[in-house]
Amino acid sequence: MDLTPSDEQRLLRESADRFVAETFTADHRKTAANDPLGFSPAIWKRFAELGWLALPISEADGGLGGGAIEVGILMEAFGRGLVSEPFLSTVVIGAALVAECGTEAQKQAILPKVAEGALYLAFAHSERAARFDLAHVEATATRTADGWRLNGSKIAVLDGAAANQIIVSAEIANANGASGKLGLFVVAAGTPGLSLRDYARLGGGRGCSLDLKDVQLPADALLGDGSDALPAIEAVVDRAMAALGAEAVGIMQTLLDTTLEYTRMRKQFGRPLSANQVIRHRLADMAMQVDEARSMALRAALMADAAPLQRSRAASGAKAKIGKCARFVAEQSVQLHGAMGVTEELDIGAYFKRLLAFDTLFGGSAYHYRRHATLSGRMQD
Amino acid sequence: MDLTFSAEERAFEQEVRDFISANLTPEMKRATALTPSVFSDPDIGMAWQRALHRKGWGAPGWPVEHGGPDWTPAQRWIFEAECARAGVPNVNVMGVKMVGPVIIGFGSPEQKNFYLPRILSGEDYWCQGYSEPGSGSDLASLKTRAVRDGDDYVINGTKIWTTHAHHANRMFALVRTNDGERQQDGISFLLIDMKTPGITTRPILTIGGDHEVNQVFFDDVRVPVANRVGEEGKGWTYGKYLLEFERGSGIASAKLREALKTISDLAASDVTGRAIDDPDIALRMSEVEVDIDALEMTELRVLSALQTGQNPGAVSSLIKLRVSEIRQAVTRLGVDVIGNDGLVVEPARPFYKLNHEPVIPEELLPVVPEYLNGRAYTIFGGSSEIQREIIAKMVLGL
Repeated sequence: MDLTPSDEQRLLRESADRFVAETFTADHRKTAANDPLGFSPAIWKRFAELGWLALPISEADGGLGGGAIEVGILMEAFGRGLVSEPFLSTVVIGAALVAECGTEAQKQAILPKVAEGALYLAFAHSERAARFDLAHVEATATRTADGWRLNGSKIAVLDGAAANQIIVSAEIANANGASGKLGLFVVAAGTPGLSLRDYARLGGGRGCSLDLKDVQLPADALLGDGSDALPAIEAVVDRAMAALGAEAVGIMQTLLDTTLEYTRMRKQFGRPLSANQVIRHRLADMAMQVDEARSMALRAALMADAAPLQRSRAASGAKAKIGKCARFVAEQSVQLHGAMGVTEELDIGAYFKRLLAFDTLFGGSAYHYRRHATLSGRMQD
Repeated sequence: MDLTFSAEERAFEQEVRDFISANLTPEMKRATALTPSVFSDPDIGMAWQRALHRKGWGAPGWPVEHGGPDWTPAQRWIFEAECARAGVPNVNVMGVKMVGPVIIGFGSPEQKNFYLPRILSGEDYWCQGYSEPGSGSDLASLKTRAVRDGDDYVINGTKIWTTHAHHANRMFALVRTNDGERQQDGISFLLIDMKTPGITTRPILTIGGDHEVNQVFFDDVRVPVANRVGEEGKGWTYGKYLLEFERGSGIASAKLREALKTISDLAASDVTGRAIDDPDIALRMSEVEVDIDALEMTELRVLSALQTGQNPGAVSSLIKLRVSEIRQAVTRLGVDVIGNDGLVVEPARPFYKLNHEPVIPEELLPVVPEYLNGRAYTIFGGSSEIQREIIAKMVLGL
């Protein structure tokens, strides 16, 4: 039992914190907000040079073989700077799906390119009717003479417009219709039949919805051998939630630090706001919730490779709890900044919105407490 | 970073399990489960303390030269976790965890030689004389006065919320020996024999119906000056040192997990008409479990820092607050789980020695009293409001 970071992990934290603090300034964020990509390819190159894009990819696939803890360290730093580069979409989710499901040839074709920063990936899975149920997929994939035909609609595709390749989930149809098995298909940007509606994402970055109308794909577009991809999707999304939890901790810590500073400085009734007990106790509660969130993100990361039931309970527990803490910390940060907190003139609002987006992604607190209760045998599915 | 224990630690875990299964009698286990107050009564608690002492485990936190087992932080974790899982009695901590460390840190050689072995063996049973009717959160305003008269102090005043004063043969107390400039000055730390003439004890029943706390009156009580720990007027420093033990050092998540499991088992049984089928109950149970997960992780972070010789720092001061709130959430859930059976009041104590058949299954008896008595968790040892003030000051630097 040892929760002290290794020397490598400490160094990673230091370099990530430093890079983020120097690069992701408030001015940078304003520029990025108007960027059609939603991020800077030049910075992405730097990520590659720093080895961050290769970090969680296995050594066999051209990566550095890091795990969920290392990803969490990076994500927490990214949260502090509200980084909008598509690290989650490309590395944490996209590359992980390829690593989990892909054939040797597919891994070799995709993963080294991700590691060197030459390929952006996105994951198109959510559908309107599914809400947050990962097993609910209505998009279909039908075998054709020389490959596959995809039909369906996806929403909340993170960084889809920037992606060179989008990994699309669809139910594999067999002779009798639905097979009940999910497949993951690699769809290159610009494939005929694929249409995208790109939008600015709440809290920074881009998202899109996606329609697939008779999209024709080669046979090797299917990742792996056609066995059900749902377990892999669940594993990758559980780990993505752990990573997002770490990012949320970085955001919350920044909000707490900023709010502390503000309440010390701002004077009303002839004394700093922080001299008032009602304010001090609110700040104490915020600090406590940031700390609980930190514990839960760490826990989810430490259990990222546990048996599926344990892993999913930890991930849902973390998502639910961190979501609840995030809402409290975000709302109180705005509250304690007074009217200024409700304007675009301070950074508070940007951090607030990123936390709101975090709470929604892959399901909010209510959904994940329910998933936790179901996985714990307390509730029926 | 990883959460797994080493082979030696696994072996130790087995040793603890073996010890518990050899020493925890079914009677002790049942009595503990049926005790709705914070601590087990001495008939149960001290029996367990004696068993621990025989094994050399009577005081896990003490230095080896005074009889501590020299455990690593991980071993302490394992010990506490196994004890919680097995449901061992809640030994009154006033001796081992509170006055013990103060005597070790500040007592004279004579005091160490006399008192420490008697704490270990369970021969002495201690109570804490801190709060007074006029001094709760503002403890330093205490007025119980000790006036020097030759080789004695003569004490007059009163202490309140004194846990197990009716069982204890000794009390450690903060008394005023001088009126200093600051109210913290002029307080001394005394060790008092409860059989001394002039001491009377009045029981106070808590809202759960239990007699656990008391008010103690001092009427010209003579205590030898030799029973003062450390210097005259420095008692506040020693007392605060002790309060830090009371607040921070425990490992609570394992016990909370066990308490939730008890409620969870009840909720899944026909005794409660399967309360778990109510989705609100099921969801709250997950919510509390996740809170315990977070607390456990925080405790492990502290433990890990201690293990590598670092100061865990600020994080430990958050723990008392969360532990008390989570305890209350668990006990509240218990009340909701047992439904109508919570309406039954059983005034007789202790529940494990009733002379009659209770109206409801006996395992349900402590549920409502535990909730009611448990309102004290956010009050004793520094109320939640005081804890938040400490966090604001010490953690946030406000």
